[in-house]
Amino acid sequence: MLQVRDLHAYYGQSHILHGINLDVKEGEIVSLLGRNGVGRSTTCKAIMGLVPPRGSISFRGRELAGLRSDLVARAGIGYVPEDRQVFPTLSVRQNLELGLKRAGKFGRWTFDDVFRLFPNLAARQNNPAGVLSGGEQQMLTMCRALMGDPDLILIDEPTEGLAPLLVEQVGVLLAEIASRGVSILLVEQKLTIALKISRRLYVMGHGQIVFEGTPDDLAANVQVRQEWLEV
Amino acid sequence: METLLISVLNGLVYGMLLFMLASGLTLIFSMMGVLNFAHASIYMLGAYLAFTISQFVGFFPALIIAPILCGLIGAAIEIWGLRRAHQNGHIAELLFTFGLVFIIQRVVQMTWGMLPMPYRVPPSLDFPLFVLYGSNFPAYRGFMLLISAAMLLSTWLLLKKTRVGLIIQAALTHPHMVSALGHNVPRVFTTVFAGGCLLAGLAGVIGGNYQTTEPGMADSMGPIVFVVVVFGGLGSLAGCFVASIVMGMIQTFAVVIDYSVADVLRPLGLAISGDTLLTEVLTVPVARIGALLPFVMMVTILFFRPRGLMGTRDT
Ligand SMILES: Nc1ncnc2c1ncn2[C@@H]1O[C@H](COP(=O)(O)OP(=O)(O)OP(=O)(O)O)[C@@H](O)[C@H]1O
Ligand SMILES: [Mg+2]
Repeated sequence: MLQVRDLHAYYGQSHILHGINLDVKEGEIVSLLGRNGVGRSTTCKAIMGLVPPRGSISFRGRELAGLRSDLVARAGIGYVPEDRQVFPTLSVRQNLELGLKRAGKFGRWTFDDVFRLFPNLAARQNNPAGVLSGGEQQMLTMCRALMGDPDLILIDEPTEGLAPLLVEQVGVLLAEIASRGVSILLVEQKLTIALKISRRLYVMGHGQIVFEGTPDDLAANVQVRQEWLEV
Repeated sequence: METLLISVLNGLVYGMLLFMLASGLTLIFSMMGVLNFAHASIYMLGAYLAFTISQFVGFFPALIIAPILCGLIGAAIEIWGLRRAHQNGHIAELLFTFGLVFIIQRVVQMTWGMLPMPYRVPPSLDFPLFVLYGSNFPAYRGFMLLISAAMLLSTWLLLKKTRVGLIIQAALTHPHMVSALGHNVPRVFTTVFAGGCLLAGLAGVIGGNYQTTEPGMADSMGPIVFVVVVFGGLGSLAGCFVASIVMGMIQTFAVVIDYSVADVLRPLGLAISGDTLLTEVLTVPVARIGALLPFVMMVTILFFRPRGLMGTRDT
């Protein structure tokens, strides 16, 4: 469904991505792992058109490289940034409304789904999103992206800085997303939930993919883990 | 007492006029990061267009047509000018709007000449609304208040109650995120820029015959509007509103107050005499430094509170 080929990206003069190749197939959960600063977030941003990409990004046969981000989103890709970016002055409900691509146009996800999964958000639907806790903001950002009914969702470090109980909630939501036939590209640093739920994993180092395989392959490959993941 | 009430009303009229200009400027700035130097030039254009149009079809149609023309001009500036300049960075953008100021000024001078225009209050509104102890309050100022209040209300409704308004509000804090959710942000930018220019044009239509329609009107209005925007705080319409009203009051009262700092200090037992620079400064009546006051306020607030009154980010 998503095929990234020889993707390069730059911030000004500095060359960040050096020819990334990766695939996500229909209904798959794929993880992109790596240490801080290797370019995982930049990969997501390049796919979304938030950083100008060079190379090819094809989604269901359609070339997305060079398109404006709203068109990438409308092609069916959802995005959850690592810094969450909730709209702080707007209410929880308004944040979710902004996820809809057109007013009242619901797809797989409705307000009721979100509020059933996260009673906390339901209770605070009229409060400004800026006053939510970090964990609640994380759930809100993911649900906001889901309201747009994407077929593939890019989720950048959803568990970063969350307490174990909340990490578990993220895991529950990821499972729910997958069960509705939405493909996931999950960016993580630690292996914990990635190993449990992914079908395939990529490991990045210095702007390149250095490993590709199943969770079992990675578990068996001590060398990759030591060189590119463990601190 | 009578002058006080009339002055408060006058301050309100001027403050609302400032807000019509400043609200557009602050929205454009917080959303697009563009400090639009040409905003007051659109105000001037609104006044001139209204003058010419009203000669053919009368004032009231001009009140509608001129702001719409200004909005269209704004849209054109955004689509064919700013959007390109934006790709070359902030400095290019700044210089672009700076250049516009001169272009618009030249065009105005070439089209209408250097002299003030005989743009007058329409006869149907040219009577005293009420008279208080001999001072009167002209009906036209009441009309200005009405128009600006109506504008304030509809802008507020548009921002708070419509989907476009919701997208605009979201784009004030995270424009890239709004785009990544599938909303056409460039189109939202054009809408906001055109809307801001429409408001500036409307301010020109009702301000042009309240003040004078002449080629220097942009230069005299521009700096005050900037002060209001900075003072109120970038990104805050509420702060902008308060700052506009405060500034309107200050500007109005400063000309009627004939006291100096020394006059205030004297009853406190601080007599000031001698012939030093300090005495010079302290004995100047407020009326004479009135024009300076807004800028002193801006510098002071930047010094103590760089976010402005209610700003959400640093200037
Ligand atoms: N806006 C930017 N301008 C310049 N350089 C940047 C910018 N954003 C990121 N970088 C640099 O690009 C490299 C890759 O950053 P990226 O955010 O993709 O890393 P990451 O793998 O997501 O890691 P983490 O999220 O832990 O920081 C880093 O070296 C970073 O310093
Ligand atoms: Mg990152």
